[in-house]
Amino acid sequence: MPTIRIPSPLRPYTDGKSEVSVVGENVSAVLRDLTDKHVELRQHLYNEAGELRPYVNVFINGEDVRHLQGDSTAVTDDASLRIVPSVAGGLSG
Amino acid sequence: MSTTIEHIRTELVDLSNEEINRYSRHLIMPEVTMEGQKRLKAASVLCIGTGGLGSPVALYLAAAGVGRIGLVDYDVVEANNLQRQIVHGTSTVGTLKVESARARMVDINPNVEVMLHNRMFTSASAIEIAQPYDIIIDGTDNFPTRYLVNDACVLLNKPNVYGSIFRFEGQASIFWAQHGPCYRCLFPHPPPPGLVPSCAEGGVLGILPGTIGTIQATEALKIILGIGNPLIGRLLLYDALEMTMDEVRLHKNPDCVICSQNPTVTKLIDYEQFCGIPMHDHEDDGAAGGDWDITAQELRDKLDSGERFRLIDVREDFEWDIVHLEEAELMPMGTFPAHMSEFDSTDEFVVMCRTGARSAQMLQLLVSAGITRVRNLKGGIRGWAQEIDPSLPVY
Repeated sequence: MPTIRIPSPLRPYTDGKSEVSVVGENVSAVLRDLTDKHVELRQHLYNEAGELRPYVNVFINGEDVRHLQGDSTAVTDDASLRIVPSVAGGLSG
Repeated sequence: MSTTIEHIRTELVDLSNEEINRYSRHLIMPEVTMEGQKRLKAASVLCIGTGGLGSPVALYLAAAGVGRIGLVDYDVVEANNLQRQIVHGTSTVGTLKVESARARMVDINPNVEVMLHNRMFTSASAIEIAQPYDIIIDGTDNFPTRYLVNDACVLLNKPNVYGSIFRFEGQASIFWAQHGPCYRCLFPHPPPPGLVPSCAEGGVLGILPGTIGTIQATEALKIILGIGNPLIGRLLLYDALEMTMDEVRLHKNPDCVICSQNPTVTKLIDYEQFCGIPMHDHEDDGAAGGDWDITAQELRDKLDSGERFRLIDVREDFEWDIVHLEEAELMPMGTFPAHMSEFDSTDEFVVMCRTGARSAQMLQLLVSAGITRVRNLKGGIRGWAQEIDPSLPVY
């Protein structure tokens, strides 16, 4: 089963889970499955028009899906996906 | 494949006997030797921010003998910095951060020259400040400055050693447009204001910036020495809770607005406007703006007058346990949307949090739902403790 690693800013919306197992044949489908399982996550990943927000980076097996086939990139059963957020912290952090 | 700063010249640099003894653990490594140590001495690094990330960077670069280290910061040391900003100390609370950091660095290694830039790093000052340095280290705390640091580095063709932290997770990379992607290739668009909490709001494990800042310092030394495999085109992802360190591959974006063949950004822009937020992450700036705010004194008067209104604290229950106002009711941000239907638009509300920033967001949520008789406690409970009741603990 493919897994998606959840960054800590988004874990409040996945019941604190750092990794979620998902089903689906491509990136779009596994993200839909993820947000079906954790509905509150949806608004953080998608805009009102249902498009993936531009600052949400999704990587599959270490590669940015934007440099593969985007949403339609195929997801195999052993794939590791991860969401990489923009975080700004450092100085006051 | 190693990548290095081409123009570092060691011919005019010499090491004294004191320095040879001091750096002996470096000198006996074939990857460093006398030549490498001279390269470190001939090199210059600018550290933007002397906070959580900048602390280990400043300490280790000074200890390693980087010849000229610039520090940019306009803040003063506060007691609540010391949980993570280890270049400063209890004895320097209240002093300028750049001066506090310099004193510690020169104590570690009097051979290094520490240049102080006690000013804001802005579109107006960035090029002038960064120009004289070989490497720029981004230890900043907010999106506008991160985009500014990136763009200044692309325009000046300098490496940007990037690090960023949140709660238990950190990221690090080298953005160097000449050799790989820039920050904008990875994050073309900043997140909308308010969606990503800052460390001041979200918190951070004190040791985390130590880990990430140390990685930044390591990468800076590697590209000065021209050794190893630099973190170019790779984003390191560290998770302290899971204790994992992974990496993802980054690519140059052929359509990047600043580092592609046909850039549309050719000079520094207004980054506050670009990101929709101010260039700092201070704790005492929480305000909704204009008439939407109520000061601590006005709230005190309002409570004393016996007016009927609901005072809603949107912090988390564990924060409420630290300190709260008796008149307030707790409604954590996460539960706020679920309570929206219970609000009566004819009622009056004051919302509050720790600093006024989160409650300002909840105010916007209420107003957009048609509940307009609402005001935000400016400065939050910190402001209240400062103005009205100094006996309260602040955090």
